[in-house]
Amino acid sequence: MTGPWAASVFALADSDINFNISALGHSFWQLTIDGLAYGAIYALVAVGYTLVYGVLRLINFAHSEVFMLGMFGQYAALMILGFSPSGNAYAEGAVMTIVFLGIAMIVGMAVSGGVAVGLERVAYRPLRKRNAPSLVFLITAIGASFVLQEFVHFILPKLTGGKLGGVNAQQPIRLVESKQQFTIFGGSVTNITLIIVISALILAFAADVFINRTKFGRGIRAVAQDPTTATLMGVSREKVIMLTFLIGGVLAGAAALLYTLRIPNGIIYSGGFILGIKAFCAAVLGGIGNLRGALLGGLLLGVLENYGQIVFGSGWRDVVSFVVLILVLMVRPTGILGETLGRARA
Amino acid sequence: MSTSTSATSAAAAKSPGPVGVGDRLRLWWNQLSRPAQWGVGLPIILLIAAMPVIRPPLLTTPDTDFGAVMAQFGMYALLAIGLNVVVGSAGLLDLGYVGFYAVGAYTVGLLTSPDSPWNKTGADGFLSDKWAWLAVLPVAVAVTAISGLILGSPTLRLRGDYLAIVTLGFGEIVRLLADNLENTTGGGQGLSGIAYPRVGVTEANPFGIFSIGNTAEPFNSGLWWFWLSIVLIIVVLMFVGNLERSRVGRAWVAIREDEDAAEIMGVPTFKFKLWAFVIGASIGGLSGALYAGQVQFVVPTNFNVINSVLFLCAVVLGGQGNKLGVILGAFIIVYLPNRFLGIGDYKYLIFGLALMIMMVFRPQGLIPVRQKLLAYGRKIWQAAGRRSREEQS
Repeated sequence: MTGPWAASVFALADSDINFNISALGHSFWQLTIDGLAYGAIYALVAVGYTLVYGVLRLINFAHSEVFMLGMFGQYAALMILGFSPSGNAYAEGAVMTIVFLGIAMIVGMAVSGGVAVGLERVAYRPLRKRNAPSLVFLITAIGASFVLQEFVHFILPKLTGGKLGGVNAQQPIRLVESKQQFTIFGGSVTNITLIIVISALILAFAADVFINRTKFGRGIRAVAQDPTTATLMGVSREKVIMLTFLIGGVLAGAAALLYTLRIPNGIIYSGGFILGIKAFCAAVLGGIGNLRGALLGGLLLGVLENYGQIVFGSGWRDVVSFVVLILVLMVRPTGILGETLGRARA
Repeated sequence: MSTSTSATSAAAAKSPGPVGVGDRLRLWWNQLSRPAQWGVGLPIILLIAAMPVIRPPLLTTPDTDFGAVMAQFGMYALLAIGLNVVVGSAGLLDLGYVGFYAVGAYTVGLLTSPDSPWNKTGADGFLSDKWAWLAVLPVAVAVTAISGLILGSPTLRLRGDYLAIVTLGFGEIVRLLADNLENTTGGGQGLSGIAYPRVGVTEANPFGIFSIGNTAEPFNSGLWWFWLSIVLIIVVLMFVGNLERSRVGRAWVAIREDEDAAEIMGVPTFKFKLWAFVIGASIGGLSGALYAGQVQFVVPTNFNVINSVLFLCAVVLGGQGNKLGVILGAFIIVYLPNRFLGIGDYKYLIFGLALMIMMVFRPQGLIPVRQKLLAYGRKIWQAAGRRSREEQS
């Protein structure tokens, strides 16, 4: 009885899951660098989850769709600027490329920020007025997520004459040709990796300063810590909530551009879903409600996932990140850096 | 006299606002004795069961086979009842419920499909062709229950909203496992030739009435699977209903309403949450086994996480916590896209909007649950109903 079963279990382990530790050692630095680039994107999206959770105790399930619409926003901006899908990258020169990318990024940020704030207005505010329980919020968020996805899936192509949206991914518009710039311990660093990591660092730093050093940021932290007292101290809760959604949306829009640089044919209506779950994992990993935790969690998840993909095989990439999430939550339910946005002054 | 007023005022406090048709029906139903409830319920069930045979002109689905639609409804109703135990009764948001559905379906697939290395049918296996599906059914339920235990025991200690994401991850992991373990599950090719109950073999139906090849109108395979699922639904409803009236059900309600308070009152919350999770999972597995038998084929894309949201939609639309409500929800979810094929594409858009609108205007669902005094609920309701009727006369 045990014979054939054991044999088939071994056969399963043998052929379907690799345990290729040597590959990990072989290309450790390359994997770390690529993982950091992914992780930077996760981190930016995770900030949106973490801030909203910190202020409202709500998992904004539709945040992945905010990100997805940001991708379409920057793609539309590039189309309006006169670019069209092509196999090869445009050669515009460094300065103009950065200008065009900047414009696309700003449009993406505007679209995502607008969608996030609009979502708050349309979906969450009526529930807040009714003092709905958190399950109701979450179900609304799921509903909103579906509506936004299906909007891009079926309605956007009708509005734009089939240029945007639909079942298939958008044909990629490449502005930057991937080119190696220098190496770190044998791991090559491309210009795309550089753009992603540098932009993400700047944005993360800006968000951190905004939350921790400005008057608005103090308002957000105050509401996160104690909404009632914050209101008594003259902080407008509604404004803070709107601002929180705006910041999260704007960062997701920026992440959307960086993501499309890394994965040019990832612009599809369902393209935000898995990334959103991963970003949420990242936020929980670092300690949800904690801005720096989200950044750390994002980077960590990106790197770990990249290692896991090499060790176990590429099909196991998503499994690795979910398992990491479950393991971390079992050992440390509040995440690596702890949970409070209000006290995460550091 | 004083007792009667307190009983009626308690009943009035339970149902605020004007007493509508629904409340009247509910009151009438609750004051019926158990045999009388069966006496009324059985003809209704029989009528529903006969629907695919009668095929009423407006109700039937013109473009798809009504029997097959009703069979799908039966499976979704089972799923909704199972998910309702988790979400409606215990208040745990499970977004990976499709994972249990997949585990149930794949257990049947792995044990009975010729494509699988663990196939136990055929010459050298110990499952006969005729009864393989029925023999594997309890195995599928048990395996799913164990998978619920494995997922639940680490994650149910987490807070509610973390649970939603972790279960979502679980649902995705199950699908990825089915996709990636190519040598066992067939990967994207899936497993075909899954066993089904081979009964009613005749000249016209060489593979029996449950075979997909049985296309006789109106007694086709879909109809037989629908009837089978009705039997299973009744069994499951009796099981779940008895649980809800027991100590377990009271613990679930206490946990749903306020977990901390329940813990302080001495309810072992973790244990009962795990119970809800495992029972919900096994009902999902049962439905999955039905599905695998009906279509005789499982493939990972049928178990996308998006389906979990559809199941959740059924529960929320119908009314969380109300078993009759969630069955109605399942019917809506299955029936509408099949009746009006034009909305097929917009299915998720419409259901997403429906979820959002429901949450604002009627978060309790179409047929909301009324929390009875659970311990002696029936007796008190009967007493209150009798008194009020006596007062009226």
